Amino acid sequence: MAPRTSAKICGMGHSMKRKEDPRFLQGKGNYIDDFTLPGMLWLDIVRSPIAYGKIVNIDTTKALEIDGVLAVLTGKDLEAYNLHWMPTLMSDTQMVLPTDTVMYQAQEVAGVIATSRYAAADGVAAVEVEYEPMTPVIDPFQALDDDAPVLRTDKEGQEDNRIWHWEAGDKEATDRIFDEADVVVREKMHVPRIHVASIETCGCLADFNPVEGHLTVYMTTQAPHAIRTVLALVAGHVGLSEEKIRVVSPDIGGGFGGKVPVYPGYVIAIAASVVLGKPVKWIEDRMENLQADSFARDYHMDAEVAADSSGKIRALRIKTLADHGYADAQAAPSKFPAGLFSICTGSYDMENAYAEVDAVYTNKPPGGVAYRCSFRVTEAVHCLERIVDTLAHKVGKDPATLREENFIPKEAFPYHSPLGWEYDSGDYQAAMDKAKEMIGYDDLRREQAEKRARGELMGIGVCSFTEVLGAGPSKDFDILGIKMFDSAEVRVHPTGKAIARFGTKSQGQGHETTYAQIIAEELGLPAAHVQVEEGDTDTAPYGLGTYASRSTPTAGAAGAMAARKIRDKAAKIAAHLLEVSEEDLDWEPGTFSVKGAPDKSVSIQDCAFAAYTNLPEGLEPGMEATNYYDPPNLTFPFGTYICVVDIDRGTGEVSVRRFVAVDDCGNIINPMIVQGQIHGGLTQGLGPALYEEMTYDEDGNNLAGSFMDYLVPTAVETPAWETGHTVTPSPHHPLGAKGVGSRPRWGRRRRSRMRWWTRSRTWG
Amino acid sequence: MARHNVTVTVNGEAHSREVDSRLLLVHLIRDELALTGTHIGCDTTHCGACTVLVDGVPTKSCTVLAVQADGAEIGTVEGLADANGMSALQEGFMQEHGLQCGFCTPGMLMTGTALLAANANPSEAEIREAISGNLCRCTGYVNIVKAVEYAAAKMAGADAAGAEEDN
Repeated sequence: MAPRTSAKICGMGHSMKRKEDPRFLQGKGNYIDDFTLPGMLWLDIVRSPIAYGKIVNIDTTKALEIDGVLAVLTGKDLEAYNLHWMPTLMSDTQMVLPTDTVMYQAQEVAGVIATSRYAAADGVAAVEVEYEPMTPVIDPFQALDDDAPVLRTDKEGQEDNRIWHWEAGDKEATDRIFDEADVVVREKMHVPRIHVASIETCGCLADFNPVEGHLTVYMTTQAPHAIRTVLALVAGHVGLSEEKIRVVSPDIGGGFGGKVPVYPGYVIAIAASVVLGKPVKWIEDRMENLQADSFARDYHMDAEVAADSSGKIRALRIKTLADHGYADAQAAPSKFPAGLFSICTGSYDMENAYAEVDAVYTNKPPGGVAYRCSFRVTEAVHCLERIVDTLAHKVGKDPATLREENFIPKEAFPYHSPLGWEYDSGDYQAAMDKAKEMIGYDDLRREQAEKRARGELMGIGVCSFTEVLGAGPSKDFDILGIKMFDSAEVRVHPTGKAIARFGTKSQGQGHETTYAQIIAEELGLPAAHVQVEEGDTDTAPYGLGTYASRSTPTAGAAGAMAARKIRDKAAKIAAHLLEVSEEDLDWEPGTFSVKGAPDKSVSIQDCAFAAYTNLPEGLEPGMEATNYYDPPNLTFPFGTYICVVDIDRGTGEVSVRRFVAVDDCGNIINPMIVQGQIHGGLTQGLGPALYEEMTYDEDGNNLAGSFMDYLVPTAVETPAWETGHTVTPSPHHPLGAKGVGSRPRWGRRRRSRMRWWTRSRTWG
Repeated sequence: MARHNVTVTVNGEAHSREVDSRLLLVHLIRDELALTGTHIGCDTTHCGACTVLVDGVPTKSCTVLAVQADGAEIGTVEGLADANGMSALQEGFMQEHGLQCGFCTPGMLMTGTALLAANANPSEAEIREAISGNLCRCTGYVNIVKAVEYAAAKMAGADAAGAEEDN
């Protein structure tokens, strides 16, 4: 699609170089650990060495003797303020600091406040905690055993380790299809517990002003406005009301969903600042980040597909066990405990489907974040694509052919899926065709057959996914009751330059550039003249933040709508300046002209100046607008990825020869940035496919708690990704865009199988 | 704890400080000299966000003591641009979209700068090997490789190719 605007205006479709880059490239970013305030103190955290046990005693005497250590905060101290517990985003509860029991290894046990980073660490080493260990529950299947100890004894009425049961679809109708189907295939798989491992860890700087009763928190959060509200709800009783709380989310060194939750460290730092009346900084180290912060995935799935003898899919049935650790601390919309897992019917038309998820508590860290993923969509895609491969193998068809024969045809959109979604648009065959052409699919299959005949191993993987992004329409989507709209406020200054503020928060996605391009597209102002700001709750309009690829579908749309309001006003001003009626005006990006007399024109900048200097009678001065955008539906981007690997039969080493990714995310705002997002998602899919997993021994000891053991792919393992795209606009988004950024689409077939063989005795 | 006088020259400017024996070089740079472009990502010498040049050699400053750097010439990201603007490598990162969140970027730039000083025309494999001690979670490395290639071409006086458009 050719851009509609000139290179000078740089609206949608231009690969504009990023406006944020010069500061990042010259060491002038402002990340959380770069902030310093006068009199600032440091928080460091004592953490549990055991997965489950009673706290017998905490002795802080030696710590308090250390030069520079000012205080040690324990659960008992917070209990005096009723701040020792906090709610999770999923209406569960979680300890800030324990008063009597630790529930997972690396859990926060006490906070040491000191005058320097080093003194705080010395204090942590000197705090003596006596534990009485108990036998932890680590295996989620064993957590369901009748004789398993009940872990959440703090919760009234909790009689076992079940958290919730979720299901979608018509079970009876689905079962009937399975009973009569020609072919049924079944596979058990585990999408392992992994970690976002953003290169910047989490942290905050809490600054309570005891004179004003005002709290400013600089923190690594993807959702600053929601955090402010949660803080007011949790700490209102100690005087922190919402107008006295300012949350500032500065430059963030990668989020990927891991910087949505509220971690105890933030709360301890805030409590310490309130108690001591001084600024308190807390910065995690990598071990704390990996061992205590929210994990992602950890879905044990038992999937079945029913088909006719030709491989036409008739029904899908999935039974899932979700290990949530000590608390359900997911970051998901409140009414969707299993996220958007019901997208699991994917790109294929079928008669019916039924999916269920049971969530359990174990003695592992809490979490379940939407890591590069729109709330469990990755789990759903993984499950479906693997079982579809199994079906292809069973009926003896090429995996690409079988997918094509089951695709929802492009004429069928808007398509109503068996599990209740209305897909907005799609052309799955086009993406498949492009991916096959780019990689030379038929030639590869021939080569593979020849190699296999010679005993060599070569694998070809195909995946045709459909996602669901842009949470979301407020009738269904909220977090703790707050509707999941998002917002934009655009102000055009008299000289025709603008500032635009949004309720989201970039963590590397390049919002300062792409949002400026959206405003440029709609107003015809050069994107270079539009300054974008996010992350300061005192200045930005309220929004739910950036995760799950929701920014373009929600805040991006809000930006377009706000800009259109301004354009409507500019048209009134242009008519006044040109002495014609509005109906007599033509609009080209940046210019109003008189119909039939194109030389009679005014620019958007002329209109902006007139908005402050020469208004038509009765028109309100100024040129600004705000929009809170509540999307009518979600968006459903899709694509086909094909991968070729060579495997050394002797060593088992897998080398990725080529990986082609064809994505369709609707209309594209900045092709360069979209491609970059896809590169990153692919690499974060490669990680768990081959290297990454957060593992525990039977005592609940974390076995992958540093970058020595948690293997993030380096440039050597990562292949040179090849990308392509098709464009199927969203019919309901103001810009026809769908969103991008959640693309970790990789299988991990062999290892999962081995794991499941050991599981099968406990899973019916 | 013993205190030591340490003198380092950072980006051409000499600094002397009295420091604890245990002070890490990265904390000297960030906390004492207020050069916060150098980042901390892992504490175990794996991620490379803290990479600086010590006498021209890429060094992970989170596992080097400040006293070990006494007398050294240290280069950080703040010293890459000069009055003429950003270095060829910084420009390459911008042109080829070699950064997203920007957190690993200073380390990548320092490693890349040292690579290009030692090898003016590195192959893709040589670039990937050189930056394999610097982790990036956002970019998938493809565009970082291109950024180094861009800089090599520009420094060689060749006509640097523009950003390759998405196909």
